[in-house]
Formats: sequence, C-alpha cells, structure tokens
Amino acid sequence: MEKILQVKDLRVSFSTYGGEVQAVRGVSFDLHKGETLAIVGESGCGKSVTSQSIMRLIPEPPGRITGGEILFNNIDLIKLKEPELRKIRGANISMIFQDPMTALNPTLTIGEQIMEGIMEHEKISRAEAKKAAVEMLQLVGIPSPEARLKQYPHQFSGGMRQRIVIAMALVCSPDVLIADEPTTALDVTIQAQILELFRDIQKKTGVSIILITHDLGVVAQVADRVAVMYAGKIVEIGSRREIFYRPQHPYTIGLLQSVPRLDIEKAELVPIPGTPPDLFSPPAGCAFAARCKYLMDVCERVYPVQSSLSNYHHVDCWLQDERAKKLVSTLV
Amino acid sequence: MNTYFIKRFIAMIITLWLIITGTFFLMHSVPGSPFNEERTTNEAIQKNLEAYYHLDEPLIVQYGNYLSALLHLDLGPSIKKSSQTVNEMLGRGFPVSFELGFYTLILAVLSGMTLGIIAALRHNGVVDYLSMSIAVLGISIPNFVMATFLIEQLAVNFPIFPVATWSSPKHMVLPILALATGPMAIIARLTRSSMLEVLTQDYIRTAKAKGLSPVKIVFKHALRNALLPVVTVLGSLAASILTGTFVIEKIFAIPGMGKYFVDSINNRDFPVIMGTTIFYSAILILMLFLVDLAYGVLDPRIKLHKKEAK
Repeated sequence: MEKILQVKDLRVSFSTYGGEVQAVRGVSFDLHKGETLAIVGESGCGKSVTSQSIMRLIPEPPGRITGGEILFNNIDLIKLKEPELRKIRGANISMIFQDPMTALNPTLTIGEQIMEGIMEHEKISRAEAKKAAVEMLQLVGIPSPEARLKQYPHQFSGGMRQRIVIAMALVCSPDVLIADEPTTALDVTIQAQILELFRDIQKKTGVSIILITHDLGVVAQVADRVAVMYAGKIVEIGSRREIFYRPQHPYTIGLLQSVPRLDIEKAELVPIPGTPPDLFSPPAGCAFAARCKYLMDVCERVYPVQSSLSNYHHVDCWLQDERAKKLVSTLV
Repeated sequence: MNTYFIKRFIAMIITLWLIITGTFFLMHSVPGSPFNEERTTNEAIQKNLEAYYHLDEPLIVQYGNYLSALLHLDLGPSIKKSSQTVNEMLGRGFPVSFELGFYTLILAVLSGMTLGIIAALRHNGVVDYLSMSIAVLGISIPNFVMATFLIEQLAVNFPIFPVATWSSPKHMVLPILALATGPMAIIARLTRSSMLEVLTQDYIRTAKAKGLSPVKIVFKHALRNALLPVVTVLGSLAASILTGTFVIEKIFAIPGMGKYFVDSINNRDFPVIMGTTIFYSAILILMLFLVDLAYGVLDPRIKLHKKEAK
C-alpha cells in the first residue's frame, strides 16, 4: 500500500519553568493511502502533540521538535519554513480539533470560515468558493446549506458545528485529515453520527485519517490500524483485529480491560494501578514498568527491542523476548 | 429593532432627568451662592439680584422653572457673565473642545491599537517591553507635565510649533499630543491584553491549521474579537475627551468648554454648572449607546433586540 505520510523517530520537547518535558520520545509510524489510523492513549501520553507536530502547529517556543522526520510526499515537513508550511496546511493536511464549540470564530459566518480556506489555497472566485462550501456542507449533512452559510456558529448545535469543522477541513480535498478527539466533546448519539460521517467521507474522497482518541469504542468503530501510545512512545501498533483480539503489550491489555463491557455478564472492570511517569526525566527502561504486573529486572534498565508479530503488528515489550517466553512457560 | 430604540431612548431620558434632579438639589445644598464672595455686597442689592435670578423662590419652584425652560432647550443665563447665556457659552466652547478631542481620539485609538497589537504579537519580546514601557509612562505622566514638557522642547528649545492658542493646524499639534498620551497608553495596554487572550483561542489555531497568513489571522480572526474591551472604555473616554479638558485647555489657552466646568463651580454659577453637567451627561449617555450599537456590530452573539433572541 502506498505510504502517504511517514513519521520517523519524532521527538518533541517543551521547555517549562520546571525543566524540559519530553512529550514525544521517538514516535514512528506510517500512514497509508485511504486508511484510518487511530492513535490511542491516556491524557498526556503525547498523542495530541504528535498530531500537532505533523501540522507543525505546536507553539514554538515553548515547544521544539528535537529530532526525527515527518515525510509527506517525500518532503520533510520538519525542514520546511513557515510560508511553505502554510501551503500544505489546510490544502494537503487538515486538522479537526476537539471542541467544536470553540474551534469556530464566533464573529464570522460559517460560510466565510469555510470559504477562506479554499480561497487561500486555490485561485478561485468568491462565487466558486461559495459553491464549493455549499457542496461541502451537503457532504457533511447540513440541510439547506445555502441559507446556513450566512449564519454564525452560535446558531448551530454542537454536532452541527463539528460537521462544519469537518467541512472546513475537507474543503480543499486534503490527502491527510488529522482528527484530534473529534467526538470527545459530543454526546453519544451525535458521536455515532459523526463517526458514521467519517467513514462515509473516507469512502467518497479516499482521504487518509489519523484519529487521535482515548476512546476505544471509537477506535473499534472506525480504525483500520491502531497505535497505542504511552509516555511519549508508541508501545504497540497493529491492525484493529490484532490490537483488540491479540493485544501483546501489558498496557494495551490493561487499556482493554478497563473498558466497561455490556456483552459479558459480570465482566470485571480492571483499572491500571499507578500513574504515568514524569516526563521531565523519563525512565531509562520501559516507561510502563512501574505499573506492569509482568515486571522483570530488564524492563527498568533497558528499553525493549521492537518485536514484530506480523507485517503490521509491532510491540515494544520484553515479554516478546524468547528468554521471557521460556521463563513464563516454566512458571505456568 | 425599533422597539429597542424607543425603549433605549426613554431610558436615556430618564437617566438624564435623574442626573439633572440630583445635580440641581446637590448644587443648592452646598453652602454659598453666586453673590456672597469675599467682597460684601450691599444687602439690598443682593436681595434684588436674587429676585432677578429667581433665587429667592422656594427650591422646588426654581426646579420646576428650570425643567420647563430646559424643555425648550434653554439652559438659562450665566449669572457671573451677565451678558451671556449658557447656550451661547456651550455653543462657542464645545466646537473647539470637540475639534481638539476628535483629533486626540483618532490619534490615541490608532497609535494605541497599533502599539497593543505589535506588543501582543511580539509577546515578551523587546518590542513588547518597549511599547509597554511607553504605555506605563503614558499612564503615569500627568498630561500637564507632558504638556509643559512638549512646550519646552518643541516650542521653546526647538521652536517648531507655537507655544499656545488655537488658530491653525500647527497650533493643534502640541495640545493633541499632550492630551492623547494618556488615552493612547490605556488603549495600548487594553488591546495588548485582550489580543493576547484571543490569540490563545482555539479558533485562532483553527485559522492557522487552514494555512492562513499571520496578517489574515490577526486582522480577520483576532482583532475583531479583541476589540470588545477596547470599545467598552472608548465610550466614556470619548465623552470626557470630547467635552474638553480643563488643564490642557488652560495651558494652551484654548477657548474650549473645559474652563466653564471648573469656573462655574468656583463661582457657584448655578445655570452654568447645570448646563455643563447636562451637556456632558448627554454626550456620555450618547457614547454609551453608540458603544452598545458597536457591540452588536462586532459580535453577532450580542443581540440588541431581546425579543427575537427568544
């Protein structure tokens, strides 16, 4: 499959009064054409920073990309200057943010906000831009789009606003759409509609989607592949089936066990004890070691070597090592 | 919309009436009258004078007389400057004060907002610290100090501009500069802080993610939202600047309205006190009304007519 975006060993730090926080510590993944890659993890694991780094939208300073490559069409986005980045933002890579209530400018009509994106990137007249905006609103399922174009964000409901934000992001038909928790601020029925919309749009436009979320339910509905992030690293990545049915990393297993299940009677909710490590001074070994119930000596000292279980399924855990497997088999 | 204007107009009239009533009775409850100064006047003459100006009648009757004259827009005669009516005094003084105030406002708003925007965009940079230092100086230096400084430097040491009076555009430069520094500083600080707040909003990040240029982001997305607090202070600022400032007008010998405010109080010149107060209040009320209209234009969420919002 064609790789549209490659992130290689991305490292991002933020300088704060307390010192340097290493928010992203060497993240690598590929995004294929037309797929949805979900990045999951708890708050503060670096998933949003990763996604904003791809757009080069992290505020610099205090943020700083300290290493790695972000290849889009074989161009390294990290090396680009602002004016060149502006040509890519919105046109080739778009982003949807978490809260549709605040993501739209309250003083401009939604028509203006959708049209300004396309008019920035393409040489078209206002009338043509308006036509494109109407088409976009139709695509995202907003009734009577012509009349709605003249309205302001406060005249729309939360779900409608998220549809508008999506329309805004798609108006230049980008290759990559990054959605940072697009359904978190919405109630459950609206969530389902918006996820449906994502699938629909992907079918129609073939856009590749990076979906940032902490909601495994959302992941199960739309993702083709899943990357699990913990403390600034991707600890496991694989197809949706692989992650949900054959999770390997203890953190992934813990995440899945901590989701309430309605289909199994008396299913127990197992929380993961402890808290993520301090990223001012990240541990030398596996960051999850302190919370892991399969903890071994090596875990705390050396970061695990990546093991590949299939072409897509990779996991960073010492349990995958032959010696650990032998040990486990003798214990059981 | 029309009902809003009508309601608003009635409210303005009531406000004005309350101010008139309050000022009238407060003014008369203060000891002293226009005729008892250090120089003792003959008692008979004083009686005659009081009778002439109806000051010997009961207060409530005087109040009634004043209101009925006011309905014909007659502010009465000045007691101290016996050949003039208050209407004439305001008619002569206000255009001058207005001219001075108008240019001052334009200068203060333009330069203040520019400074504020630049400071916000270069947050914590050299430009930011520099413009905010200027702003703090502008706020803390009283305008009479500023005025004398300007006169000494630009009229005496380097005679570029005339020292005082009000006759040609060249005469206007120094008073306008002296008067504008304070408001400019206030506007600059306000613009900066509200710009800084707006620039961290999510919709600014959205605009960046669309690939818009910084210029578009600032002027199309940020500035309009940042203007609301600035417009709020602008209302009362405009009213006080437009109706004349005693100190600056005195220093530059400008025949504006400012001196009537102060002189009338010292002289217990009742009709002039009332006239200037009413005039100032009317302008202030009008400005506040304009500010509210501006809110509606700037922010579509603010509806002036409540009925439709329901």
